[in-house]
Amino acid sequence: MQRLSIKELELLADEIREDIIRMLVAAGSGHVAGPLGQADIFTALYFDILKHDPHNPDWEDRDILLQSNGHTCPVRYATMARAGYFERKELLTLRKLGSRLQGHPERTKLPGLENTSGPLGCGLSQACGMALAMRMNGQHHRWVYVTTGDGELNEGNNWEAIMLASKYKLNNIIAIVDRNNIQIDGPTEAVMPLEDLRAKWEAFGWHVLEIDGNNVEAVIDACAMARAIVEKPVCILAHTVPGKGVDFMENDYHWHGYFVQTPGGPTIDQVPVKALHELRTLQGKIKSEHER
Amino acid sequence: MHNMHLIEDVLASDIKQEPIRAGFGRGLVTAAGLNEHVVGACADLTDSTHMGDFAKVFPDRFIEIGIAEQNLVTVGSGLAAMGKIPFVSSYAAFAPGRCWEQIRTTICLNDQPVKIVGNHAGVSVGPDGATHQMLEDIAIMRVLPNMVVVAPCDSVEAEKATLAMASDRRPSYLRLAREKTPVVTTADTPFEIGKAYVFQEGADVSLIATGTMTYQALAAAEHLAKDGIHAEVVHVPTIKPLDKETILASVRKTGCVVTAEEGQMAGGLGGVIAELLGDELPVPIKRIGMRDRFGESGEPTQLLTHFGLDANHIRLAAHHVIERKNKVEK
Repeated sequence: MQRLSIKELELLADEIREDIIRMLVAAGSGHVAGPLGQADIFTALYFDILKHDPHNPDWEDRDILLQSNGHTCPVRYATMARAGYFERKELLTLRKLGSRLQGHPERTKLPGLENTSGPLGCGLSQACGMALAMRMNGQHHRWVYVTTGDGELNEGNNWEAIMLASKYKLNNIIAIVDRNNIQIDGPTEAVMPLEDLRAKWEAFGWHVLEIDGNNVEAVIDACAMARAIVEKPVCILAHTVPGKGVDFMENDYHWHGYFVQTPGGPTIDQVPVKALHELRTLQGKIKSEHER
Repeated sequence: MHNMHLIEDVLASDIKQEPIRAGFGRGLVTAAGLNEHVVGACADLTDSTHMGDFAKVFPDRFIEIGIAEQNLVTVGSGLAAMGKIPFVSSYAAFAPGRCWEQIRTTICLNDQPVKIVGNHAGVSVGPDGATHQMLEDIAIMRVLPNMVVVAPCDSVEAEKATLAMASDRRPSYLRLAREKTPVVTTADTPFEIGKAYVFQEGADVSLIATGTMTYQALAAAEHLAKDGIHAEVVHVPTIKPLDKETILASVRKTGCVVTAEEGQMAGGLGGVIAELLGDELPVPIKRIGMRDRFGESGEPTQLLTHFGLDANHIRLAAHHVIERKNKVEK
C-alpha cells in the first residue's frame, strides 16, 4: 500500500467520518460519538501503522488490532472498507439481517476482525494471550494493538489484564485508550472517576504516552515510540473529542449512542444532513462544493 | 453390546480410588508432549487443579494468572486465537462460575477452542461448604452454543477426556471433582467426545448418570439385581453434544429412567434427559441431583447421603419409576 501524507490521511479521516454518518442513517441505530472521535486513530492504524494485507487478512506475520470497545465498530468497518477489505457499499448493510457488519463486531462473520467484542473490558486480556503466544512462537516482529474506551476502564477485567501484561513485560502490546471523557450515563468523571488515569497505568507498571488523539501525526509518532520501548507494555492515552467534526455532537455525552434531539440542536430528521454538512465544510470553515 | 472393559467388581471394598482431577493432570502432560501448542494457565490453584506437573515439565508454556478468573478465560481466548490449545483451570465455582460472560463472548461466540477445566464440582468438595461446591456449572455451560461439556466418571476417563479435548477444535468444559472416586474404567474402556456408553445392560430401567454418580449408578444396579431388577447403566460423560441415539435406544428398551448427577438437576443432566424424552419419547423419569438448593459443610460421604446422591437413592428411584411404568402399561 502506498504511504499517504499526513494531509492525505487527515482528509481520509474526514471521509471516513462521512461514511460513519451514512452507515448509521442506513442502520437506523448504532453509536456515533466514539466512532467520529476515533476516525483519526483508525485511519492512522490502517493506513500507516499496522502491518496488514486487506487481500490476505489471515497473513501470519500481520499485526493484530483488537477493538475492545466493540460498540464503536462503525469506525473500524468504515476504515477497513477504505483500506480495501471489502467494498464501501457494504457499509450500508450495518446492523441488518444477514450482514457481515454486525451491530457489535463478530470475528467469525468478517475476515480481518481479530476478536468478537461489545461486552466491555476483554480486549486487553485477549491481547495478553496473543502477546504471550507470539512470544512462545518466537514471533518478535509482530505487535498487538488494542483500542479501548475510557468508560470501559470501569470494568475490573481490564485491570486484571493490565497487571498480567506488566508481570510478563509484554512490550509487544500497545493499548490505545480513547480518552473522550464521556460514557452513556454522563461524563466519565461523574459516572466513575478515572483520574489520575496516567498515574494508575504507571502504578501498574506500564509506560504511558499522552497525545492528541485527533492528530493523525501524533498517533503515528506515539505508536512508533511505543514500539521502541522494550521493557514495558505501553499505554497511549489518546485524548479525543467525542463526535469530532460535528459541532453539535462534540463533547456531549448524549451523543454516545444514536442520533438524539438535544436542546438547541437540529431535529433528529435533520441530524444527518447537518452532520454531513459540518463534516464537508469543516464545521462551516469552508463552503461545500454544492454551495459554491 | 461392546465390551466396556470395566473393572470386574464394582462393589469390592478394596476398589482403587483416586481424585478425578489427577487424571486431568496426567492427560495434560501427555497432551503437551504430543503437541507443542498445548499451553496451560491457572488462577493461583496450580497444584490443587493438578496443573503442577505440566507447569514443571513445560514451564515456558505455563502462565500463572493470579486470582483473576475473568482474565484467565479471556487470556485463554487470546492464546487460542494465535493457534494455541489453552487449558485454563480453576475451581468450577470461579471458572466458569465467575466468568460466564467472558466465556460466552470471547470463547463461544468468538469460537476459540479454549478448554476450561473446572475442579471441585459437586457437594463432595466437603468441608469447604456451599461457596466452593459448584452445582450449576453443567446448566450454565451446556446452554452456550459451540460449547462441549464433559464430566468424566473417574481419573482414567478424565485422562482420556483431556487428551481428546487437546485434539478437538471446539471450546470445551471439563468438569472435575475433588474427592477420591472409585476407578471403574480401565485403559481399554472406550471414550470419545459426544458418545454415551452402556456400562451395564438391563431391560427394566435405564440409570443414566454422569461424573461421580456413574459409580453410584453401577453400585445401585448391583443392589437392584438382588431385588430382581435388571437395570441398564448408561454413562453420559459428554453432556453436550448429547449422544441421543444411545440414550433413546436404551429408553426404548426399558421404558423408564432415573438420572443421576452431583449438581443441580434443573438444567443439568436431569434437565437434558427430561428435555430429550419430552421431545422424543415420554416415559416415567425420576431425577437424582440437587433440588434447587445449595450444599453445606460436611464430610463428602455424609453430604452425598444427606442430599440423596448415592446408590441407595438411585435404587429407590428405580423402583419408583418401574412402578409408574407398570401402572401405565396396565
